[in-house]
Amino acid sequence: MASFGSFALLIALALAAYNLLAGAVALRLIATGHPAPISPERLADTARRAGIAVFVAVTAAAFALVYAAFTNDFSITYILEHSNRALPTPYKFAALWSGQEGSLLFWAWLLAAYGFVLRLTHQKDVKLYAYAGTILAGIQLFFLAVVNFAATPFSLLRGAVPADGNGLNPLLQYPEMVIHPPMLYLGYVGFSIPFAFALGALMMRYPGEKWIKITRGWTMVAWLFLTCGIFLGMHWAYAVLGWGGYWGWDPVENASFMPWLTGTAFLHSVMMQERKGMMKSWNVWLIFSTFLLSILGTLLTRAGLVSSVHAFAKSPIGDWFVTFLLIVLAVCIFTYILQRDHLKSEQRVESLVSRESSFLFNNLVLLIACALIVWGTLFPILSEYVQGTKVTVGPPYYDSFAIPIGLFLLFLTGVGPLLPWRSTSMRSIRRNFILPSIALWGTAIVCLIAGVRPWHDGKFDIGKFYALVAFSLAAAVLTAIFSEYIRGANVIARQTGRNIFSSMVLLVRRNTRRYGGYFVHIGIVIVIVGLAGSAFNRNQEAELSVGSTFAIGPYNLHCVGFTQDSNDNYDSNYAVLDVYRAGHKLFEMTPEKRVYHVSGQPETRVAIHSFPGWDLYVVFEGTNPTTGNPIIKAFLNPLVSWIWAGVLLVVIGTFIALMPSISPSTAALRIPAQQPASDEPALKGGD
Amino acid sequence: MASTSRFTFFVKAAQALCLAVAVYFSLGASNATQRFNNLSHRLMCQCGCNQLLGECDHVGCPSRGPEMAELRADIASGLSDKEILASFSQKYGLTVLAAPPTHGFNLVAWVAPIAVFAAALLGTMLLVRQWSVGKTQLATQPPDPHMDALREKIRRETGSGDDGGS
Repeated sequence: MASFGSFALLIALALAAYNLLAGAVALRLIATGHPAPISPERLADTARRAGIAVFVAVTAAAFALVYAAFTNDFSITYILEHSNRALPTPYKFAALWSGQEGSLLFWAWLLAAYGFVLRLTHQKDVKLYAYAGTILAGIQLFFLAVVNFAATPFSLLRGAVPADGNGLNPLLQYPEMVIHPPMLYLGYVGFSIPFAFALGALMMRYPGEKWIKITRGWTMVAWLFLTCGIFLGMHWAYAVLGWGGYWGWDPVENASFMPWLTGTAFLHSVMMQERKGMMKSWNVWLIFSTFLLSILGTLLTRAGLVSSVHAFAKSPIGDWFVTFLLIVLAVCIFTYILQRDHLKSEQRVESLVSRESSFLFNNLVLLIACALIVWGTLFPILSEYVQGTKVTVGPPYYDSFAIPIGLFLLFLTGVGPLLPWRSTSMRSIRRNFILPSIALWGTAIVCLIAGVRPWHDGKFDIGKFYALVAFSLAAAVLTAIFSEYIRGANVIARQTGRNIFSSMVLLVRRNTRRYGGYFVHIGIVIVIVGLAGSAFNRNQEAELSVGSTFAIGPYNLHCVGFTQDSNDNYDSNYAVLDVYRAGHKLFEMTPEKRVYHVSGQPETRVAIHSFPGWDLYVVFEGTNPTTGNPIIKAFLNPLVSWIWAGVLLVVIGTFIALMPSISPSTAALRIPAQQPASDEPALKGGD
Repeated sequence: MASTSRFTFFVKAAQALCLAVAVYFSLGASNATQRFNNLSHRLMCQCGCNQLLGECDHVGCPSRGPEMAELRADIASGLSDKEILASFSQKYGLTVLAAPPTHGFNLVAWVAPIAVFAAALLGTMLLVRQWSVGKTQLATQPPDPHMDALREKIRRETGSGDDGGS
C-alpha cells in the first residue's frame, strides 16, 4: 500500500504541474491572441481535466493511508506512530489527520476535492473558472510537493516491524476529534477558492461584479466550516482538557481565529462592493489576507515556531511554507500593482453616521483584532530575536485588548443594521435607537440589582464590568434586530394579509441573505453572552473519601465510591458522585481518568451536566498516592450552554443566507386571491 | 427642538440613575483568596503544559504545588502584587509571567496594539470626513454647458424627456 500511495502522490504532482503549466500557457495565449499550434481553449480544457484527475490521484493516496491504518500496516512509519491495533475504528480513520504528514495529505485531498467541484461547475463562467482553476493548481502543486518530498506519509520503517503501533495521542481519542479537524481544514482550505477567484478576476480584469458574488458564496461555505471547526475545538478543549475553560489563546487556536476574522470582515465589506461599487481594493486584499493567514497559521503551528499545547513538533517544512508564503505575497502585490486601476471605487462614503461607515468601522475593528492576535502570537519570537529571552503572551494579554474590541464589535452589530445607506438624520436615529437604548439601560439596571456588579469586595472587577456591558449591549442588539424584523414582517402582513408569523417566514424567504445575516448576528450575540458568563466562574477542589461531601454553589457532591474499568485500549478510574440540591438527589456524575496502554499517557474525561443557567463541570484529577482518595475539582461555569446554542443559530443563519431568495413577484403570486392588493410600497430589499 | 432637549434630559437622567445604582451596590473589602486567584491567573505553570498556574490540572505536576505554595507564602508575607510577580520572574525567568512585562522592549507588546487602534480609527474618521467634504464640493461645482448639452442629447435620443422618469 505504501508503494501505491507514493505512486499516486507522484502522479498527482505531475498532473498538478501539467494543470498549472498548460492552464497558464492557455490563458496567456487567449489573453495575447498569439497564434498557437493547439487551440488555447482545448489546451485550457486539458488543464481542467488534469485538475479533475488530481482529485482521483490524491483520493487514491489518502485511501492508501487509511487502508494502511485499518490493516495495521506498521511498516509505514506514520501508521506506526499514530495508530495501534486496539484503536477503535473511527479513530483509525482520524489517524489520517492526527500527524504532520497525514494532515498535509488530508489538506492536499481537501484542496483537490474543492478543485474538483470548481472544475465541474466551470460552465458558470468558463474563463474566470479557468483562471481560478490554474491558480488553484499552483497551490495544489505546493502541497503535493511538500507531501512528496518534505513530509512523506508513506515513508517506510527501517529494520524490524514492531507488533503494535504507538497509538493515537489520547487527547485526540474523543468523538469530536473525528469531526473537528476536518471542519477546520475545510475552512482553511476553503479560503483557497475565494483567493483563486479574486486573484484570477484581478489578473483577467474581470468586468462587473459577478466574480464577487461567486467568491462570496465560496467564502461563506469556507467561513461556515471554519466557524464549526473553531467551536468544535472549543467544545473539545472544554470537555477533554479539564481546566474548566474553552479558549486559552493558544497559538493553534489563534491560527484558526485569524483567517476567521478577515473572512468575517470580507463577508461584510463585500456588500459595499455589490451595492455601491466601493471598497474593491479593500475586498481583494481581505481575501488575499485571509488566504495568507491560513498559510501563516499552518506555518506557525507546523514548523514548531511557537509553543502550543497542540502544535506539531519542530520540522523542516517551515522553510517550504515561508517560501510559499513569500511567493504568494509577491504574486498578490505584483498583480495588484499591475491591475489596481481596475479596482477604483465608484462611490465614496458620504457620512460618518451611515451604513457604509458602520461597515468600514466593523472591518477596521475586525482587522485590528486580527492584527493584535498576529502580533501577540509572533511577539515571543520577536522578543527572543531582539532580547535573547522568550516571553509568554497568554490570556491576560489577549483579554485586555480582545474583550473591549469584542464589545465594540457587539455595539456595531446593533448599530450597523439600524443606519440607512448614504447618510442619516437625527430623527431617524431617534426613531431607530430609542427601543435599543431602553433595553440597554433597563438590562444594566436589572443586572446590577440581580448581582452582576462591577465591584467585588470593594475593588473594581474589570471582568464583571465587561460582563455587565456585554449583557446590556446584547439586550440592545437583540432588541434592535427583533424590532427591525418585526417592522419588516408588519409591512408584509399589511401588504399580503397574512398573519405575523407567516409574514416573518415570507420576509426571510424574500431576502435570505439579509435575514440569514440577522440570524447569524443573533447567534453571535448569544455566544458573547455565554462568553461573558465566564466572569462568574467558580471552582472548588477537594480530596473526597467515600461518603464525604463537598459543596459548590447550590449543589452538594456526595462521593458514593470510585471504581475501575479496563479494555484493550485503556484503563479507567471513575469517581461516582451523587449530586444533591436542597437535600434532593438530582443525578449522578462519573468523572473519569484514563491511562492508555500503549502510550502510558493519562486523559481526562470531564463529567458535565448542563443547565440553561450554568454547567456543573466535574473533573477527576486523579488519586492521592498517600491516602488513595480521589481528587475532585468541580466548576460552576455560568451560561456555557449559551455558547453552543449561539453557534447553532450561526450555522442555521449561514444556511439561510446561502439559500436563494424568492423574488417579490414570486411571493406576490402566493398572495391569497381574496386579499386586496395593498397600497403600501413594496419592502425594500438590500442588506 | 423641545423634543430634542427632552430626549437628552431623559438619557442623562437614565445614566445618572444607573451610576447611582452601581455605586449603591458596590461595597466590601478585598481578601487574600481573591488575590491568590488573581495572581495564579497571571502566572504560568512551569511544567511545560503551557497552562496558567491557576488552571494547571495535572495530578502530580512537579511545578504546580511548589509555585502555589510560594505564591501563598508571598501573599502571607505582605508583598504587593508587583513584588510577587517580580520575585517569580527573577526565580523562573520572564516566561513565568502570563503576559509580557510593561517595561523595556516588552512594553512594545502593549503599546503597539493601542497605537495601531488609535491610528487606524483616526485615519478612517479623517478619510470618511475628507470623502464627505469632497462630495459636498463636487455637488456645488457650477454646471458644465457641454455636459448639459450631452444630457439633453441623451434624453432626446432615448425619449426620456419630461415624463419625470429616471
